[in-house]
Amino acid sequence: MLDLYSPGGSLLHRLPPAAKMLAMMLGATLLFINQSLPLTVAATLVILALYPIAQLTLKQAFAQVRPLLIIFMLFFAVQWYFSGLELAAYVVLRLAALILLASLVTLTTKSSDMIDSMTRGLRYLQPLGVNPEKVSLAISLALRFIPVLAQITREVREAQKTRGLERSVIAVAMPLAIRAIKMADEISDAIDSRGYRS
Amino acid sequence: MIKLQDVSVSFGKRTVLDNLSLDLTERRIAVIGANGSGKSTFARLLNGLALPTTGEVLVDQLNTRKKGRDVRRKVGFVFQNPDNQIVMPVVEEDLAFGMKNLGFSKADIASKTDEILARYNMSDLREHPAHLLSGGQKQLLAISGVLVMTPDIVVMDEPTTLLDLRNKRRVARAVAALDQMVITVTHDLDLIADYDRVIAIDEGRIFADGAPAEVIPAYERLMA
Ligand SMILES: Nc1ncnc2c1ncn2[C@@H]1O[C@H](COP(=O)(O)OP(=O)(O)OP(=O)(O)O)[C@@H](O)[C@H]1O
Ligand SMILES: [Mg+2]
Repeated sequence: MLDLYSPGGSLLHRLPPAAKMLAMMLGATLLFINQSLPLTVAATLVILALYPIAQLTLKQAFAQVRPLLIIFMLFFAVQWYFSGLELAAYVVLRLAALILLASLVTLTTKSSDMIDSMTRGLRYLQPLGVNPEKVSLAISLALRFIPVLAQITREVREAQKTRGLERSVIAVAMPLAIRAIKMADEISDAIDSRGYRS
Repeated sequence: MIKLQDVSVSFGKRTVLDNLSLDLTERRIAVIGANGSGKSTFARLLNGLALPTTGEVLVDQLNTRKKGRDVRRKVGFVFQNPDNQIVMPVVEEDLAFGMKNLGFSKADIASKTDEILARYNMSDLREHPAHLLSGGQKQLLAISGVLVMTPDIVVMDEPTTLLDLRNKRRVARAVAALDQMVITVTHDLDLIADYDRVIAIDEGRIFADGAPAEVIPAYERLMA
């Protein structure tokens, strides 16, 4: 889901990020207000139709929801059991549609453009003590280092697997925490070294 | 030029660097030594990331103790692990980060980004997510991110340890082509054969200091 920007020159790529984010929020709200399954199906199809328009493949669309498939199935089973098939389909489809919609924005918007426009929006909150530059650095750092942390987690897991410890939460969490703290130190040195004014 | 005056660094009771006085003026200086001998601590002193416990470090007369920010503007620092110094999610954003902090204009940032990407054959990677780069590409990006800030002096702490032979040579060539003064901490003795000066550190003291042809064999004997 965090694999972000897919370069291209489509209409969706060229729309201003703020417009896309507003449209996404509006769409998401409508998805949640709407209670009917047929309308949800229609909305999902419309969102899917936007993928080729944005020079994206349906494979890319599927890649966005794939990491959540297990959770979807779990949701679906629980809802089916408690509330019936139709509601289960509605709930899960709505969630999938939401993710497809949000991904459409992230796939067609460079994170820097998104962060820039968010920073501009946050300027209005400056009187309340919000520092837009700091917030935007924090978001960038999160985008940058979540994949790195995921990679480190995999490495730690593999290392512990060879010792038969991969099921122990502590055996994975401890080395992970230590590496993350060391990493944070180094990152902060790197940011200092590159002229950042805190 | 960098001047160390009676510099010692201790962590608690442990003295890591013991009373060093040096003038660093040569264009290519290497710092070698065993693991834990104090090389990284030495490197970090040079741009004020670490401060001496006693003594002073002066970079073009600026005291790192008082003028940390100005010193860091003059002295670019390349860390050993590129993963932790690429701070933006996308290649071109990371290149822009340091330049933005120094207040470069948008046009300047764009042209410097073009130029450095072309120089290292990375123009295709401009919009690439940083975490999908190979180790060698990350290291080159990390070095590029420092060079675009046009520092007067570049300090590198083991810039080639993660690299394969081809990328090692690429980095070596990149460094050889720099106009700036470069101070390299390394275990890679081939990399520094044509340097102007090699400083070997052993347990926090200067063990040998001079031309590579003298210092490297002495260091090899010490390590044997
Ligand atoms: N922040 C710190 N706190 C306590 N001890 C430290 C700190 N930084 C370094 N040291 C200690 O100082 C000594 C020298 O460390 P340094 O990192 O400078 O060595 P090095 O020569 O770079 O080693 P390597 O070749 O392994 O990178 C080591 O014993 C290390 O444990
Ligand atoms: Mg070191």
